[in-house]
Amino acid sequence: MTPQALKSLLEAEISELVLTEREQSTPVAFVVPVDRLKEVMIFLHQDSRCYFDMLSCLTGVDLGKEANQMEVIYHLNSIPKGMSIAVVVQLERENPVVVTVSDIWRTADWHERETYDLLGIRFEGHPDLRRILLPNDWEGHPLRKDYKEQEYYHGMKVEY
Amino acid sequence: MKEVQYQYHPDHLQNSEPLKYSAENLNRGEMIINMGPQHPSTHGVLRLEIVTDGEIVREVVPHLGYLHRCFEKHAESMPYNQVIPFVDRMDYMAAMNNEHAYAMGVERMLGIEGDIPKRIEYIRVLVAELNRIASHFVAIGTYGLDIGAMTPFFWVMRDREHLMRLLEWTCGARMLYNYIWVGGLFYDLPVGFEEKCTEFINYLKPKLDNLQDLLISNQIFIDRTANIGVLPMDLAINYGVTGPMLRASGLKYDLRRVDGYSVYPELDFDIPIGTGEVGTTGDCWDRTWVRMQECRESVKIIEQCLKQLKGDHKRTRDFDPRAVVPKKIRPKAQDFYVRAENPKGELGFFFRADGRSDQPFRCKARACSFVNLSVLPELSRNVMISDLVAIVGSLDLVMGEVDR
Repeated sequence: MTPQALKSLLEAEISELVLTEREQSTPVAFVVPVDRLKEVMIFLHQDSRCYFDMLSCLTGVDLGKEANQMEVIYHLNSIPKGMSIAVVVQLERENPVVVTVSDIWRTADWHERETYDLLGIRFEGHPDLRRILLPNDWEGHPLRKDYKEQEYYHGMKVEY
Repeated sequence: MKEVQYQYHPDHLQNSEPLKYSAENLNRGEMIINMGPQHPSTHGVLRLEIVTDGEIVREVVPHLGYLHRCFEKHAESMPYNQVIPFVDRMDYMAAMNNEHAYAMGVERMLGIEGDIPKRIEYIRVLVAELNRIASHFVAIGTYGLDIGAMTPFFWVMRDREHLMRLLEWTCGARMLYNYIWVGGLFYDLPVGFEEKCTEFINYLKPKLDNLQDLLISNQIFIDRTANIGVLPMDLAINYGVTGPMLRASGLKYDLRRVDGYSVYPELDFDIPIGTGEVGTTGDCWDRTWVRMQECRESVKIIEQCLKQLKGDHKRTRDFDPRAVVPKKIRPKAQDFYVRAENPKGELGFFFRADGRSDQPFRCKARACSFVNLSVLPELSRNVMISDLVAIVGSLDLVMGEVDR
């Protein structure tokens, strides 16, 4: 199935859905409105024509202060069909909230925790949204573009 | 008078790594045990918070991050080619495979993938497969050690020493190579490497049979690992588990075949899958057995690469391994996701290039061990504590990659 066919399939099956194709992306990426993400993901996972049964990667990207935007990129992979696509959602930077997909793909649980940890994107409905790589009392989210590390952590100097 | 570096406070550990369970939400007779970070079976620095009821494990909560260096933040502040040493330090047991994946991704972004000479590609595959064998040897050897078999560990370490020496001969380092560059190699193979490597392969084949007899088909080992930690295929796919763990669950899925990157399509090798020979498909024994068979397949691949390197793509006097190395790496603005088959699973790199600088705007590593570890709580409900050690060992974790 070509990406164009997939796009038209999604737009035909899910009512009032507007997808935009992202230029210059490998694999092909579709930008999905934040409020429709769950429907699209459930369709992509369940429908026999797509059947994306593996979530390869979940990436959060901070586009910086000027753009005032964050993105979450889901790389989906279909083992029986041999297809890969990416799904992108765009969030505001002040209050980045997106619905969780960890009930569709269980692997998203830890990926989302990592994204929350390093970028501060919150996932609604996540069963256990704790920090995973950094200690619980660490201040700030390192992968944000305007991150300033704290001066002292438990009496140790952070800057080396 | 030097100032005190760390001010100890009794609450510090509770604030920084709090336990998920506490006395309030335990049932009668249950207790919390911390396994790790120093426990030898946790392969580095992994802490498992275990809720036990006597000898039975009720719940496992992995705590990670002890080795976190925030590789992704580092990668955003340096040019593409300078990230390679950091990539080495992710999965430090198979650095060549990491470099291969990374270099391939950047080359595809630049569009110079087709310009790479075939000889370079064959050398890359050769060193990556040598490193794959070394990684699987560590996995099998330490797994035996976890369960209590001492001798196989010494045997595989002896053979791995030869591998390390071969790799040291190519690039001067034993573990962190920085050998595969974007667009080429650091050096060509040293003179006489092909002959020495052929010699080593002939030495290794009977040693693999010995290892199989000594450990994999040993009745004590089978008793400890068969029917333990069974991972069904649908659960494995849903958890995103890849690599030998997924293949042990019975799915013939190998990115070297599926994506066919580098020169793998021209090579002839099989993909071993777990069959549940002594227990259930997808148990710990299957995972170890798949790794063992993959070593044999890697030997096959190495033989074919050596044949090519001695035949069609012979060393010539004017061959320059750095001929296509770009002077300035500045990809067009794009998103790029590349994946490759590591010894532990699918290693993915996501790049966001902004087209203006030679540094990645965002570089994310999709680490296979990180994802493979996330299935552990699912595997280890209602098992014995000693089986938990066997399950953790069978995942083949490298904490450098889990924490990145």
